Amino acid sequence: MRSTFRALAVSGLLGLAATQAPAQTLTMAVGAPVTSLDPHYHQLSPNNAAASMIFSRLVETDDRARSVPGLAESWRAVEPTVWEFKLRAGVRFHNGREFTAEDVAYTLARVPNVPNSPASFTVFVRPIVRVEVVDPLTIRLHTRTPYPLLPMDMTNIYILDRETHEGGSTERFNSGELAVGTGPFRVVRHANGDRIELERNDQYFGDRPAFQRVNYRMITNDAARTAALMAGDVDVIDQVPTADLSRMRNDSRLALYETTGLRLIFLWTDHSREDATPFVTDNDGRPMARNPLKDIRVRRALSMAIDRPNMVGRVMEGAATATGQFLAEGVTSHIPGYPVPRFDPDGARRLLAEAGFPQGFRITLHGPNDRYPNDARIIQAVGQMWTRIGVRTTVEALTWPTYIGRAGRAEFSSFLMGWGMNPDGSHPLRNLIACPNRDTGLGASNRGRYCNAELDRGLEESSQMLDEEARQTRLIELERMALDDVALIPLHIQTNIWAARRGFAVTPRADELTRAQDVRPASAPAAAR
Amino acid sequence: MTVYLLRRLLQALLVMLAMSVIVFVGVYAIGDPVEILISPDADQIERERAIKALGLDLPLWQQYLTFLTRAVQGDLGRSFVFNEPALQLILQKMPATLELAVGATFMAVLIGLPLGLYAGLKPDSVGSKAIMAGSILGFSLPTFWVGLMLIMVFAVQLGWLPSTGRGETAEFLGLRWSFLTRDGLAHLILPAINLSLFKISLVVRLTRSGVRETMLMDYVKFARAKGLSPARVTYVHVFKNILIPVVTVVGLELGSTIAFSVVTESVFAWPGMGKLIIDSINVLDRPVIVAYLMIIVLMFIIINLAVDLLYSTLDPRVRLEGKS
Repeated sequence: MRSTFRALAVSGLLGLAATQAPAQTLTMAVGAPVTSLDPHYHQLSPNNAAASMIFSRLVETDDRARSVPGLAESWRAVEPTVWEFKLRAGVRFHNGREFTAEDVAYTLARVPNVPNSPASFTVFVRPIVRVEVVDPLTIRLHTRTPYPLLPMDMTNIYILDRETHEGGSTERFNSGELAVGTGPFRVVRHANGDRIELERNDQYFGDRPAFQRVNYRMITNDAARTAALMAGDVDVIDQVPTADLSRMRNDSRLALYETTGLRLIFLWTDHSREDATPFVTDNDGRPMARNPLKDIRVRRALSMAIDRPNMVGRVMEGAATATGQFLAEGVTSHIPGYPVPRFDPDGARRLLAEAGFPQGFRITLHGPNDRYPNDARIIQAVGQMWTRIGVRTTVEALTWPTYIGRAGRAEFSSFLMGWGMNPDGSHPLRNLIACPNRDTGLGASNRGRYCNAELDRGLEESSQMLDEEARQTRLIELERMALDDVALIPLHIQTNIWAARRGFAVTPRADELTRAQDVRPASAPAAAR
Repeated sequence: MTVYLLRRLLQALLVMLAMSVIVFVGVYAIGDPVEILISPDADQIERERAIKALGLDLPLWQQYLTFLTRAVQGDLGRSFVFNEPALQLILQKMPATLELAVGATFMAVLIGLPLGLYAGLKPDSVGSKAIMAGSILGFSLPTFWVGLMLIMVFAVQLGWLPSTGRGETAEFLGLRWSFLTRDGLAHLILPAINLSLFKISLVVRLTRSGVRETMLMDYVKFARAKGLSPARVTYVHVFKNILIPVVTVVGLELGSTIAFSVVTESVFAWPGMGKLIIDSINVLDRPVIVAYLMIIVLMFIIINLAVDLLYSTLDPRVRLEGKS
């Protein structure tokens, strides 16, 4: 009886597997839920991943986050303040409507006007003062001042169809009704927070995806996602937990696909307070008259005290690259040859003594415990290393919803953050390093409140340089300036890891997006770009 | 009877009101939803726009009043994250949780009662001791661990059952249910077992102690002396009397299963309300948290009421009006 049941169950499963086997259906499981299919509602990585399967952008990004032609075949600045985009001819939306410059104009107008958006895409269209439709396949975007970043900003905007989407609400996108784009897949069904069922768009203008049908599931629990892969219920997963890495590397049924990402994990120190900073005291627990973290020698000592390679090996199980700068090697604004700060506890102690703290001081290091891979363990490791040079460190890990609010109000003295970068150095510099200023919109994520007038001037200057080579040289100078001043303490850049069952291959992306078009049967050669 | 029901309803409203105040203040104290939802690229202008769009620019009491006036009209607010009415979101996820909870409760009664009865009638047999030892495991093993073990054994190692998710669904009464399809049922088995393990143990223990206590009662002795068959003594006289505590506990447990099957749902990626609420708490999606807790309060009150009504039919001594 029992064996018949088993036989039945097994044959049932085999039958199921047999229908799936000819590689026509791909089942993927992602760790972060997609919350909306409206591509302009919430700027969030998982939503962008879903959007880039369904919709297309004027400028697409490749797996190394470089800009490549999308709906626009080419673009150039025809005048210092005018960017012209030549659009691809013959592109059709999933419902058969033709794509034209009018649709781009409509999309750019819709972006700032999505009701109730908790994180809109408005920042990317704000520099545009006027949109000029020259002909159905040419569009000009006018800016107030010369703006070299416009094509890069366009990699964030998914193009909609005026006729289909005019007046459409986010709810109708979520139901799948309006999730109509020009992308490689069309939506069959969307079950909120559970799965998106997709079907290949055979009219897609780019490389044809390898799979006819896709089941894009959301399994937020790490262990459950891994188990689903090992049980063969899903073919590909993302966000592989570092604790499972060594086991999966040795499992012949699985293959891992990894690439160095764009997410920097770093420490902020309090730059805003000249006098006492809340979580630093002297060795007897009394508040200090001045903030020792304002002294560059102290910041340098704290950075030198950290054994980055060891931390990457032990805490991150090798799934990261130790770094002393914003971006990884091979990325546009990487500073060639800029060193990873050398682990030197003796040098750090000497620097502390020079700065007037031969006996060190006490500090509380804060961090989240549910946001970045191994975040709580990273701050514990840093805490131990700081204590070794005489800075007696207490570590406090908090849950993200509580943590991020307090970090935003600059309540901490030293704390851990992660930040997903664009490959262009202006991105970290504008958001993390520039003085926080509401009018210029700079430094909005500068939670350490670092401020350097000279750097800001340089940044302002570079933001209008249309000569790309000169601009990059300038940006690299500015990055160097910020890092030499230890505006923040870089720790490592995360490695993005996907795991797939044998027979499936994934093109790993630096921007962390998990998309069905990046998966192919393993026997087939990688799609040529 | 009507007065009694009305009074209970009024109580329900008051509790729901209190709950909404607590949640409002609680979420406010935890943190700022905008900080969590906003994109890292956002500048200060965008931040201010988002705060305004979500209605968080007003003082808290004003936000609460707005919420209250809308709630009276049946609108519990829109989710910050999904931009859909919170109530609709929760109701969409409800069938998945309901079928899981009902399945688990069903298993608890179906397995727990006979085992408990056996253990109570033959307390010294080896079988009873094994059952009682097993029930200790059912109590003490953490749900998430048992869930992962079930997946490891039945999905990964043996490959008999699917590891996660809800499987195929079929439409019934306008909602999507998975217990109507074979694939859906296969997906339901493991999470239902996981969720019911604790309940089975509970029912076993309650039934056993009830049986042991009742067996010593005079009326049981009398029934035996009268020469009634052992089966009649057990299944009519004993069984009916031990049902009262079992019904109470199963009823309340059903409520807490529906409300807090969070762990099982996230381990098995079961797209129910538990998963929705935990995701919502993580991003401080206040409208969903408030709506969810208010629905749960309402549900508990209804279940308590149903249990009370059931009592009065099981035990003729219980009177609802409390006329004495």
